[in-house]
Amino acid sequence: MAEFKHKHIIALRDLSKDDIELLISTAENMREINSREIKKVPTLRGKTIINLFYEASTRTRTSFEIAGKRLSADTVNITPSISSATKGETLADTALNLLAMKPDIIVMRHAVSGAHYFLANKINCSIINAGDGAHEHPSQGLLDLLTMKDHFGRLDGLKVAIVGDITHSRVARSNIQGLTKLGSSVYLAGPPTMVPPGVEKLGNVTVCTTMNEALLDADVVMMLRIQQERQGKTLMPNAREYSRYFGLNPANLKLAKPNAIVMHPGPINRGVEMSSSTVDCAQSRVMKQVENGVAVRMAMLYHVCGGELE
Amino acid sequence: MATEQTVLMDGAGIKRALTRIAHEILERNKGVTDIVLVGIRSGGAFLADGIAQQICVIEGGAVPVGAVDITLYRDDCSGQMPHHPVGNTDIPFSLEAKKVILVDDVLYTGRTIRAAMDALMDFGRPQSIQLAVLIDRGHRELPIRADFVGRNVPTSLKENVQVAFDELNQPIEVVLEK
Repeated sequence: MAEFKHKHIIALRDLSKDDIELLISTAENMREINSREIKKVPTLRGKTIINLFYEASTRTRTSFEIAGKRLSADTVNITPSISSATKGETLADTALNLLAMKPDIIVMRHAVSGAHYFLANKINCSIINAGDGAHEHPSQGLLDLLTMKDHFGRLDGLKVAIVGDITHSRVARSNIQGLTKLGSSVYLAGPPTMVPPGVEKLGNVTVCTTMNEALLDADVVMMLRIQQERQGKTLMPNAREYSRYFGLNPANLKLAKPNAIVMHPGPINRGVEMSSSTVDCAQSRVMKQVENGVAVRMAMLYHVCGGELE
Repeated sequence: MATEQTVLMDGAGIKRALTRIAHEILERNKGVTDIVLVGIRSGGAFLADGIAQQICVIEGGAVPVGAVDITLYRDDCSGQMPHHPVGNTDIPFSLEAKKVILVDDVLYTGRTIRAAMDALMDFGRPQSIQLAVLIDRGHRELPIRADFVGRNVPTSLKENVQVAFDELNQPIEVVLEK
């Protein structure tokens, strides 16, 4: 029987194929709870979950909060703009202070890649990464995998095109880790300034020179947002030119397989990386991704609570 | 260490027991009106299908059958043991004001039944919950008893009772391991 032995979920890179499949299967079975009239099970009664978000988030934070509540855990949200971080407290001090209040899980989003590994060595509760810098966003990766499995019934042998700002995308990195572990191939496309050198070494990854090359016969088209807040200096001339070369529209979507699905981790800049009509088209799974997010996060919270100290 | 195995019931014996349970359910409830069956995964869910088929043969009407996975309602989820894989709960009908026949393969401590009843309550307020089990092996730790029993088997705590199923989820035999 499959067993999940991790106390933290910081990156899909740290998980085995079996771990990822177990999390997805748990999420599939937990989805039923979200369609009940009474959307709550008593599983994590008495557990305390702290959502510590150093970066803005609506979807992920709300989703983790709902996931915790549906499992009967007590969830607390901490928004650093109104907390001590603005008064100069370090991450380690904040964490130790939170730890004194005996949480069981800290769900954290942080702008620094690897901040969670630093914290995991300092504290003894579980840590779940809700996004760290340009490193990983494992819950988004898992919900993307679940959304693909819903449509195709499998996760091996799929051609997944990921288009946009790969360099700054933790979503892309988590998807690359998850997809290649499960036997799918990833095709990346984006302006050369936004594709990190050596990204092919992460797994079964091909870097395409044009967007059309990535889209051709793709099963999944995943579009990414241009993360202007992370880029610092401009990596593209302007949004209109970007849209012309790397935007998804009904015409280039036809290059993908007829039953291909379109995904986006949100928030979407309509008219930049995706034309408005492709966001709302029948092939779009954007809302399904959000829906699956709750079940996937319930599965993550459930399994880390049973995990061992590493 | 070699375990000694004794076959308590074979496939035909199990089928006779399920047929009798089906008759008893109909007798106690005066027909199939408002009856729904819910089996506890995994063994109980297979047996619920078997009982439903027998009810259909006897009475001619189909009864709704659902399955409940009790993993999320277990009372041993705290602590650092790896959490059990979660199975699928599939109750595609309302339990409101229904007579629910909860089905399990082996009744032992009663903790599984407690968990299953908590799960059922989250799906509405049944008129009643009745418990049908293939084997009652004793050693209850909670005040729970079965309404319909295939066979009572006195056991020691060191022994184990298993109901084996084939690949079509049909019961093959009941085995006592010591």
